[in-house]
Order: sequence, then structure tokens, then C-alpha cells
Amino acid sequence: MVRLTREAIDHTRLTEDVRRDHCGAVVTFLGTVRDLTGDRTTLALDYEAYPDMALKKLEEIEQDTRSRWPVGDIILEHRLGHLDVGDISVAVAVSCPHRHQAFDACRHAIDRLKEFVPIWKKENWADGTTEWVHPGT
Amino acid sequence: MRVLLFARARDLAGAEAIEVDLPANATVGDLRASLPKLCPRIAGLVERSAIAVNNEYAADTTLLPAAAEVALVPPVSGG
Repeated sequence: MVRLTREAIDHTRLTEDVRRDHCGAVVTFLGTVRDLTGDRTTLALDYEAYPDMALKKLEEIEQDTRSRWPVGDIILEHRLGHLDVGDISVAVAVSCPHRHQAFDACRHAIDRLKEFVPIWKKENWADGTTEWVHPGT
Repeated sequence: MRVLLFARARDLAGAEAIEVDLPANATVGDLRASLPKLCPRIAGLVERSAIAVNNEYAADTTLLPAAAEVALVPPVSGG
């Protein structure tokens, strides 16, 4: 399952939702808003998406991950809107029969998400300026 | 054709979309070349952005279908 949400991500519920009796391993990755990038201080991040395409790409990542590992269930959820330091911006929960599968599947899914899902963040720096983050620009 | 803009591209253009007139049989590359002329402020970003056609990343050689949903997708930073 994939979701975009403007509400706080309930990672406990997400983790519970992927648990399966035949899966002995559950891995949940959380991405959280960090206070420092290099020597610059972040107060908050604003996330926006191209929603239809982002959901399509998240679904492709789910299917790709399921095709590579024996996934019991997987949830990818990304939050949009204004997030403060410490808030959870993204969560990926995966269950598999064995731990190495669950770790690898979870890492694959979050790495692909960061690579090509059309979601962007805007830094709100402590000096009052803002800046969209577009790597390589 | 209407091209959706996001993030820094939208802020620089001051609009959520740009109207582009292209001939029939135009490609994604033709669209890419026309954007900086219509909005010089996004020229640098266009070079580094992908273009999506009907929610799929498209190569510059792709023919633009009529009535497609087209978007400029700057380098992503989700996660």
C-alpha cells in the first residue's frame, strides 16, 4: 500500500499493519526532519508532491520490491505540507520471512523513493530564508 | 499545451503552469527547448529537470501525444 498524507505518520500502526504470521521480520524505516545540514540550521521543511505521479511511482516501487523479495506486506507513506524538526516525513514498513530480506527490501524501497518519486522539500533556514532543494542545481 | 510546474520552477515562474504552443508531431525535446524562451527565469532549472508525460518520465525523443498531461519535474528531494 502507498499513501500521501498531510497528517502525522503513525509509525506504530504502520508497523502493526504489515505484520504477518509467516513473516519473522519486520523493518520500519523512518525519515525525520533533521536540524542541521552542514553548518546551516533548519527550522522546518515544506514538502510538496506531484500527487498523481508520486502515487504511481510509489506503486511501482511497491511492485518492484515485491518482485525481488518475499514480501508479506509493505507500506510506503510520505507526508506533505509543513513539518517541524523531528517530525516524520516518510515511513517504509516491510515484513518478510527472514530479517536480511526485510532489511534489504526496506532499503531498496526508500532508496528508490528518494531517487525518482516526484516529491520536493523546501528548507526553512534559521536566518529566515527559504530554499527549494533540487540536488545538482 | 499546458505544462505543470512544481517547487522552485513554480516559484520562479510565479505560476502553476505555462501554456506552450507546439506544432503537431512535436517531441519532448521541442517542448524542453521552448520553455526557456517562454520563461527565461527557469532556463537553468529546465536543463536539469525531467519532463513527465501522462505521469511517466519521458525521453526528449518521445512524441508528445495530443491532450497529454505534461509536467516539468525538477530534481526530486523527497524522503
